[in-house]
Order: sequence, then structure tokens, then C-alpha cells
Amino acid sequence: MAGFLQQLVQGLGAGAIYASLALALVLIYQFTGIVNFAQGELAMFSTYIAWQLTAAGLPFWLALVTTLAVSFAGGMLIERVIIRPVEGAPELTLVIVTVGLFIFVNAAAGWIWTFLIKDFPNPFPAGALEAGGISVSFSTLGVLAVVGVVMGLLYVLFRHTKIGLGMRAVATNPESARLVGIRVGWTLALGWGLASTVGAVSGVLVAPLLFLEPNMMGGVLIYAFAAATLGGFDSPMGAVAGGLIVGVAETLAGAYVGFIGSDLKVGVPLVIILGVLLLRPQGLFGRAVVERA
Amino acid sequence: MSNPTETNAAQARTAAPPPPPAPPPAEWWRSARWRWGAAALLAAAACYAPFQLVPFHVFQLTMVLIYAVALLGLNLLVGHAGQISLGHGAFFAVGAYTAAILLEHWALPYPLTLPVAAGAAFLLGLAFGVPAMRLRGLYLALVTLAIAIFLVPLLKRFEDLTGGSMGLTLAKPAPPAWSGLAEDQWLYFLTLAVAVAAFLLCAGLLRSRVGRALHAIRDNEGAAEVMGVRLSVHKTLAFAWSAMFAGTAGCVYTWVIGFVSPDSFTVNLSITLLAGLVVGGLGSLSGPVLGGLFVMFVPGLAQDINDAAPGVIFGLLIIAVMYVAPTGLAGLAGRLIRKIPRKE
Repeated sequence: MAGFLQQLVQGLGAGAIYASLALALVLIYQFTGIVNFAQGELAMFSTYIAWQLTAAGLPFWLALVTTLAVSFAGGMLIERVIIRPVEGAPELTLVIVTVGLFIFVNAAAGWIWTFLIKDFPNPFPAGALEAGGISVSFSTLGVLAVVGVVMGLLYVLFRHTKIGLGMRAVATNPESARLVGIRVGWTLALGWGLASTVGAVSGVLVAPLLFLEPNMMGGVLIYAFAAATLGGFDSPMGAVAGGLIVGVAETLAGAYVGFIGSDLKVGVPLVIILGVLLLRPQGLFGRAVVERA
Repeated sequence: MSNPTETNAAQARTAAPPPPPAPPPAEWWRSARWRWGAAALLAAAACYAPFQLVPFHVFQLTMVLIYAVALLGLNLLVGHAGQISLGHGAFFAVGAYTAAILLEHWALPYPLTLPVAAGAAFLLGLAFGVPAMRLRGLYLALVTLAIAIFLVPLLKRFEDLTGGSMGLTLAKPAPPAWSGLAEDQWLYFLTLAVAVAAFLLCAGLLRSRVGRALHAIRDNEGAAEVMGVRLSVHKTLAFAWSAMFAGTAGCVYTWVIGFVSPDSFTVNLSITLLAGLVVGGLGSLSGPVLGGLFVMFVPGLAQDINDAAPGVIFGLLIIAVMYVAPTGLAGLAGRLIRKIPRKE
């Protein structure tokens, strides 16, 4: 039983990381209807910025704040420069453009920082909390706490601020939002900025566990996709719940299903994506889209 | 005495309204005859090249043809049916491994591996096409990406069959004595034959009602359905055909390289294929060849600058192509030809 709980906690820790990247994916999807295949790579790039700043001697938390600010600006810039020209284009075009962005950002990071792996400082103290026969490492607790805080901040932003109200209006109906005086273009850019910031958080969280290298987020991205699909691509709540479920499912499947083991774990997100899309395409918390042909 | 049919024809001619003025004679580069001439010239060059080039360059040309066949399949799906696949490397790998396993474990004569590999990829494509038809663009991209990622550990797992991470090393098809060709030349001509067959098949497919149905689905799903196009059948079949071409390319790849390993078929292969197709030209017949040239030669040239340069160039080019020339290099070439002013 203790072993099972231990796996469960580990799964939640992994799930929190998937949840944070899924949250970034969902933010962009809500506003622009784009599934951003480059989200993981943008997070990786942000993490490199954080690494560069700490390597230059900045204290960790100051480096983090700077990184988040840079990521926010970078996200807005990408929306303005790269995504704006293809706004409203067919899905095929959007997917190809974000895949292009994926390849470009990945290679650019390799060009600037080489493909050698780098050690990333862990912001949380080593050691673990022991309770009832299971041990929860401080870094797992820290990751869960950070994701919780990010989720809370986003909730406050969307529910209780004027900017958030405007963003929800744009997500619901861009034309009507424009008619009541909301700057739709800038709101979309703001959405991208927010998503990049959330993505940067997930990159910084994942880097101490995985080692920093340009392909770091490739594996995380597919889990985040599964999480967003499971939770529903239009529900931030769902993304977090989906992330936790995916993390737990993957860890338990790896530990208890002998055939899967640790190497075939990556099949879990594939099964989840396929299963959700076939049984409940809108995800657990998403709204089904009714379409007029 | 005049021939009655002739008088009838003459009467008919006088009764008919005056014929429209003859269209201005087309310039030579627009005529169909010129196009056939160009095709013949290209064919002659393709047959002549291996006798003039050093073996390494012959090998490179062979690889261009292999990529072109795979891109032909991807083009059928993405360019003509408007579906997205980020996992075509997986079908390529299935073809390659099917051929390799048949050669290694069953010692099948190599020509027989081609239909089996193509069939296996076709069936797999069909199997994934069924859920794919329920999936819209974005989700299809997700699922195919997940398949491409999942394939590598799967190949490593079944070590008895696939040789695990070490892969399988195979003997390359030997040129028959009557041909008098060197190994690289024989492989080149084998690949050329497969590529030409694949092109003819694909061109025929697109000119048939299947092609028209796919175009209709791409351009407007709702309208296509109203016109009586069975969406589910055609989308699933498009996926299966497309997988079959990729599998065929994979099989020829095994013949030519004589070695398969999981790390040759990572998700990078799928993304490179998509990049090559976008740059070469979505929805055109020459796009896959241009894309094959691009995939084969650009990374090598760019690698001289920096290890990461191919990625930077690929990424920027894809985005740029989507902005300024959605039909890729093939479309640009066509546009240039049309730009040449017609003689009055």
C-alpha cells in the first residue's frame, strides 16, 4: 500500500509538470484556436535564458522573474510577428507554421547553447517529507505548489480583473469583443505572452529533473498534449486535472503493468489521446462544439 | 459524283455558326508536346546520370528518389486531402522494418518484400485511418505525432524481431550478372523503377474520381458531402494510400542502406518529411521531387555552417513558405512560367 501511495505521489509530481505545459497550450488554444506545437520548445528556450542568467551570477529567484518577463515579451512578439499574418488561416497552415517554429526554436537553442546537456540548479531544497511510510521530496511538493499558485493567479486574472474579462470576451467572440471596444489583436498577443510565461515556469520546473538540453521538452510535450486533450482543450481547469491524471496513469502503468515497463510508458499518452478523442472528443471538462455545416 | 457524306459534312459546316477565331499559337514552353519532351529529356538524364557520377553521388540521387516516394504519399494526404500527418516517418519505418525482418528471418527474395511492406503499411494506415476520420486537423496532427514518438521504444522492445537498438544489418540486393551494373547503379535503377511506378500510380489516382473526391474534401468538406462524396471512406483510404507510399519508400530504403535501426526513424524523420513537402510544394506532382532534393541536400550543405543550421534553415523556410508561397518551390516555378508574358 505504501508502495502504491509512493507511486501515486510520484505520478502527481510528474503530472504537475505536464499540467503546467498543458495550461500553456490551453491558454493559446482558447484565444487563437491554435494548438501550439512549439510550446515545449519555447519553454525550453526560456529555461536556457534562466540558466544563462544564473550562470552569469544572478540569484535564482531574480533570474526567474527576469526570465518570466522576457518570456512574456517574447510570447507577445511571436504572436505579433509570426502568428498574426496567418490568423484565421486553415488549421493545416497553423499547424505547419507552429511546427516550423518548433524546428527553428529547437535549432536556435542548439546553435546558441550547443547540444551538450547542462546542469540546472534546483530551486527547492534536497531531502523529503516523511509521512506514513511514504516520502515526498521537497521538489515534488514545490512543483505542486508552484502549479497551484500559477493556477490560482490565472483564475484571479480571468475572473476578477478587467483584463481577464476582456480576454474571456475575445475567447468567446472576437467580433463582438471588438465592437465593445476591446483591442482584440493586443488581447491575443497578451494570451500568447501569458502562455509563454506559464510555459517558462514548466520549463524551469522540469529542467532540474531532466537536465537542460534543446530536446528536453520533446518528451514532456506529448504528455502535455494528452493532458490537454483529456481535460478539454478549452478548459484551463481541465488541463491541470488532465495533467495530474496523465502523470499518475503513466507512473502507475510503468510500475505495475509489467509489459509496459519504463520504456513503453510513452505509449500511455497515445492511448489516452486516442481513447479520449474516440469516446469524448471534447475532453472531460471541455464544451462540445456544435457546428453548422 | 460527290460523296454523300462529304456534302452532308459541308452542309453541316455551313449551317454551323462561324467558328471562333483560332486561339493564338501557344508558345513552345506552354505546349503539351514540349512538356512530353521535357519529361523524356528528364528520363534520359535520370538513366544517364548513374554512368557519369561517382558512386556516392549516385547514392545521394537514390536517396532523393526514396524521399520523393515517401513525400508523394505525404502529399496525397496533406496536399490533396488536406489532412495533417506529423507521423509519416512511422509508416516509412514500418515499411523499412517489414522488409528488413522478411529478409533477415525468412530470407525472402528481396523483390517480394516490396508488395508485403507496401501492404503492411497500407493496412496500418487503414487501421489508423479509421480513428483519423473522426479526428479533425489538429487532433490528427496530435495522434500521428504520438504514433511517431511511440514507435521508437516499440521497435527497441521487440528485440528478437527487430534487433533492438542495434538494428538489423542486411545484404544489399546484388546486381544480376546480365546487367553489368555496379551495385550502386543497380540500386539506383531499382529505386528509379519504383519511383516511376509510384508516380504513375499517384498521378492516375489523382486523375480518377478518388482524386476529385479528395480535392473536394480538402476544399470544402460540407459541400463535398452534399455532392455525395463519402467522407469516411475517402479520408480513411487517403490515409491508407499515403501510408502505403511511405511504406514502399521505407522498403526501398532498407534495400539501399542495408541497415535499419530505431534511431533512423525518430520523430525528426516525420518532421523533416513534412518540412520537405511544404518547401517542395503541397498539392503538386513535382513538389515531392523538389522536396526530396531539399531534404537530401540542404541539411548537408547547412551542416558546414553549424550543427544546428539545418534546423534553423528548415524552420525559417517553412514559415516563410507558408507566408509567401503556400504552394512551395513547385508553385513558384509554375508562377514564374505563367509570369512570362504571352505574345500578342
